[in-house]
Amino acid sequence: MDFQVVVLAGGTSKKLVPLVSKEVPKALLPVANRPVLSYVLEQLELSNIKDLIVVVEGADAALRVGGWISAAYVDRLHVEKVLELQGYTVRVQVATVPEDVGTAGALRAIAHHLTAKDVLVVSGDLVSDVPPGAVTAAHRRHDAVVTAMICSVPVSGLSEAGSSGAKDKTKKPGRYNIIGMDPTKQFLLHIATGAELEKDTRIRKSILRAVGQMDIRADLMDAHMYAFNRSVLQEVLDQKDKFQSLKQDVLPYLVRSQLKSEILINGAPQGQQAKENGNDKVSYRILANASTPSFHELYALGPNGSAPVRRTHKCCVYIASNSKYCVRLNSIQAFMDINRDVIGEANHLSGYNFSAQNNIIHPSAELGSKTTVGPHCMLGEGSQMGDKCSVKRSVIGRHCRIGSNVKVVNSVVMNHVTIGDGCSIQGSVICSNAQLQERVALKDCQVGQGYVVSAGCEYKGESLARKEK
Amino acid sequence: MGAQKKRAAAAAAAARVSEDPDDLARQPLQAILLADSFTTKFRPITLERPKVLLPLLNVPMINYTLAWLEAAGVAEVFVFCCAHSKQVIDYLENSEWFSQPNFTVKTIESHNIISAGDALRLIYEQNVIHGDFVLISGDTVSNMSLTQALQEHKERKKKDNNAVMTMIIKKSKPSPITRQSRLGTDELFMAIDPNTKQLLYYEDKADHSKGTICLDKMLLAENPSISLHNDKQDCYIDICSPEVLSLFTDNFDYQHLRRHFVKGLLLDDIMGYKIFTHEIHSSYVARIDNYRSYDIVSKDIIQRWTYPYVPDVKFCGNRATKLERRGMYRASEIEQSRSAQVGSFTVIGYGTKIGSNSKISDSVIGEGCTIGSNVLIEGSYIWDNVIIEDGCELRHVIVCDGVIMKAGAVLKPGVVLSFKVVIGERFVVPAYSKVSLLQQPTVHDSDEELEYADNSSGTVEFSSIQGTADQSNGEMTSESSEAHKPKLGTGGVGYIWSICEGGQEEEWRHSVAPIPEDKLAELSEAMDDDQELVTQDRTALSTSGELISDSNASEGDDNEDSKDDSVYFEKEVEATFLRAVEENVKVDHVILEVNSLRLSYNMTSADCAGAVFYSMMKLAVKTPHSSARIAYMLAVGLLSLYPSPFSMVASNAYPIYLSGELQQNTANIITTWQKLLKSYLLEIDEEIEIILKFEEMCLESAKEFSPLFARILHILYDKDILQEDAILRWADEKEGADESDKVFVRQSEKFIQWLREASEEED
Repeated sequence: MDFQVVVLAGGTSKKLVPLVSKEVPKALLPVANRPVLSYVLEQLELSNIKDLIVVVEGADAALRVGGWISAAYVDRLHVEKVLELQGYTVRVQVATVPEDVGTAGALRAIAHHLTAKDVLVVSGDLVSDVPPGAVTAAHRRHDAVVTAMICSVPVSGLSEAGSSGAKDKTKKPGRYNIIGMDPTKQFLLHIATGAELEKDTRIRKSILRAVGQMDIRADLMDAHMYAFNRSVLQEVLDQKDKFQSLKQDVLPYLVRSQLKSEILINGAPQGQQAKENGNDKVSYRILANASTPSFHELYALGPNGSAPVRRTHKCCVYIASNSKYCVRLNSIQAFMDINRDVIGEANHLSGYNFSAQNNIIHPSAELGSKTTVGPHCMLGEGSQMGDKCSVKRSVIGRHCRIGSNVKVVNSVVMNHVTIGDGCSIQGSVICSNAQLQERVALKDCQVGQGYVVSAGCEYKGESLARKEK
Repeated sequence: MGAQKKRAAAAAAAARVSEDPDDLARQPLQAILLADSFTTKFRPITLERPKVLLPLLNVPMINYTLAWLEAAGVAEVFVFCCAHSKQVIDYLENSEWFSQPNFTVKTIESHNIISAGDALRLIYEQNVIHGDFVLISGDTVSNMSLTQALQEHKERKKKDNNAVMTMIIKKSKPSPITRQSRLGTDELFMAIDPNTKQLLYYEDKADHSKGTICLDKMLLAENPSISLHNDKQDCYIDICSPEVLSLFTDNFDYQHLRRHFVKGLLLDDIMGYKIFTHEIHSSYVARIDNYRSYDIVSKDIIQRWTYPYVPDVKFCGNRATKLERRGMYRASEIEQSRSAQVGSFTVIGYGTKIGSNSKISDSVIGEGCTIGSNVLIEGSYIWDNVIIEDGCELRHVIVCDGVIMKAGAVLKPGVVLSFKVVIGERFVVPAYSKVSLLQQPTVHDSDEELEYADNSSGTVEFSSIQGTADQSNGEMTSESSEAHKPKLGTGGVGYIWSICEGGQEEEWRHSVAPIPEDKLAELSEAMDDDQELVTQDRTALSTSGELISDSNASEGDDNEDSKDDSVYFEKEVEATFLRAVEENVKVDHVILEVNSLRLSYNMTSADCAGAVFYSMMKLAVKTPHSSARIAYMLAVGLLSLYPSPFSMVASNAYPIYLSGELQQNTANIITTWQKLLKSYLLEIDEEIEIILKFEEMCLESAKEFSPLFARILHILYDKDILQEDAILRWADEKEGADESDKVFVRQSEKFIQWLREASEEED
């Protein structure tokens, strides 16, 4: 497969403060006690895609991510070395780009690494079981310039209330994109993101005229997994040096200009192809004749069905079926949702074996007497819990020390956290090395790394973190 | 009277019956047939005969509609006649329709009605519709079955009382080049909920200048999934609940069924009425809306898409016709010369004579026509009793009853000859012209209102030359207005209508003639340009998303809202301020009001300062000169007494007394309202904002100030409204600006210099 994969692992996202920090960039946030990045890499591996570039924003973050990758893949890389003789090899490069260059900027920065015909760009925060191979196949099938993966909007905030959850509810829940497709659901005709959602939707008549019918969906979202034609992508990035974001600039631009393609290369590869390999061209023709031409091809034709007079390019979509799981970890709410889902409904993603009680308790974890760990819970390696504790729908990391009479509900507790007796934690995230003293009550809070909550405090919907510097 | 009573009793009975939902289905289905389309597309023919009586393959159109209604299970039809109502009623009375079992046709007549809306209001008043009814116009040809659509409509109505109408639609993709359907109707944009089939958006009469369709954001918030269609055709067959009639009565300004009624319901979410669609797939529906659809529907009938409504099947009003090979329909008693060639897909009417060596193809010839020898007829529609002499050529034309074409006359494509026109020998009628014995109505405005007024054509008087025409052709020339009457050759009778209001351009769209190739090429090029434009403006729009650095972005759509807001805010503040000045409101109260405005628009105090200052300056400009005359005299005097060091800088463009007056006005106003202004000047930023605002005004809205900039700056400084820090910082900020931006800095140079020195001295 002539596909190169770029995983955009991001840096330390401001949206996720205080969960992220210099020590824990976004890509390494734990989902069911594994970095979120591992989920993407695993899916890519399953699709047999082995040429990866992980792009990280910021030198510190890159160091951490690189460290994790080499640690995690050291054994497997070793294995692949053996297979190299047969032509299989996993290459994982970590590239560093400056912070705040945006996704388009990141790709611009690593452009010299890209050589394959097509490039698959995946966001490193995607937790999904949609095979990337399906996206690349859809891309190839239509010889598209871009193929975007679209999935249903996640049902967010089952854990009622919650600061961010409450905010979502006042708005219309879950509107991320407005997506227009052709009736066969193969081509992307319109996409609105971000601020455009708050305005009336404007659909261009010209494309509607060309395609006849457009299905507009507000219940789908762009999952930030794109297959790009490499040369087109690079051309766009070169020419439009103001473009910062793939999602908000590059993709909408390509969609917008699909009937009036400004991409020069579009025609060229076909010509090259013909020169390179006559047979190829013939088979291409046969394929093209076999299927009914897409509206692009019809539109491109001259008035009497003569030779194409207009340049068009195709923007395709791959729609993940509803049964697939596909969520991006890009907010604190999403972080909690994903953690809950991965040990709950979507537990096949976690890669763990669940016990009869439908939970995972590491053998080395110690539970006090009368302590109950409910279903859809996870208790990491070497964690200790005192007596009469109760854990429901929560993830507890490694080597935590939890006192007696502690209630943990709908929460995520990372590694090395110390929780005093009689604490009650609901809908909260406790980051690594944090300490909760006795009788702390937290509801919908985030406790930053290494923060100490003093005894008896009660917080609701707050974000607690040490001051930086 | 008695009849009415009976009807009322029947209505009461029907009402009682309909209480039981199961009986609802048994209620006889009613239909309203509008025998007037309230448009002028078929002029000049429709000046003399109503559209519904125009022959379609030698059968008046209305018969197709009535035959279909009967077959579809409608029990009672109300034919609404308006233009030429006499002719319609006479025709129906003499037809078989009045004597059908299980199918009653009643006519309703009115003359002073100008739109479908009025017609429905009148029908409502008559109280004859008791249940669901089919609304259709008398120019519809169809063979669809209504059963399923009716069923759906009834079921929806049972569940949701607001589902008042079901529109029948059919797939038909308009050409992307001409942007019209094959029936010659304008392209139509609809948004339909794919699950419920509810109609959410409807745009016909597309505004070509707008390259986008704007879907309200609420629409998408409520419906996560919408199908936007450009590939559907509105069949103009509606199944309506009785509420529709009362809706027309409630909204007395609804005229057009689609433009007003449908759009009205879609936009008005207060009542919550809903319109649904029913798509038909295999059956035929078409409405004859213009000459092109007349042509297309005729061809469809010849090719039997409308079966059983085809010439060789007997339905009401047609004469026995035999179908021969290659789609030729021939009535009896035809005299055809042996050497005449009648091609495929033609219809020849009863008693027509065709001379030798004439060629006829793809055409419909009416009854009792006489066609000479060596005549060429291609794709044309010749109605009854037409005489075509030798050697004529007709391509893609419509020729009405009683026309005489003298030998060698040529009709170019798209020509329409109305009743009894005579074309002179060897005369060539130019393409797309319309010829009638009636003169073209002189007042012809494209205004919609007038269009409706025109439509009541039955009552409008035309200078008819019909009477004289029959007597003698020669006399015609002596008739009035010889000068502007285009001749139709020797012995020709009739007027060629001039094509009005840029119609030349659009004439080809709705003509019977096929669209010329060069036109298509031209249009497809235009389409490219269009696309280019769209792409360009979208580029500007979209960059607004993230890129503040982009210069385009600031003008993007994104900021428009906030811009709008600030404009409104400014206006409100100005209004408040003016009112305060007029009514002598206390300063404190004004501050309160402005504060409340500020909260409601979510503005900063800098915005307030700017807006207040703006209104003050505006007031200064507006203050009548006379009242300030004395003041300015004084001011002039004062100025001359104490020439300030920077007054010389003032430009000479304005007479000194005027600017002096303005300056005095400004000074007065600033003195009076300084408290108001100061209450928003909490920090230096707001003061700078004022200077910037002032600069902006001088450049745009109130150029009168530009020569006075430095002086007013000084006044503001004197009144302690601006601190020297603010002015100096403004000057510093401007240091790096464009030359054009520095005009006012340079104007105030001396003043600034003076300020700088003063502050240095203090140090």
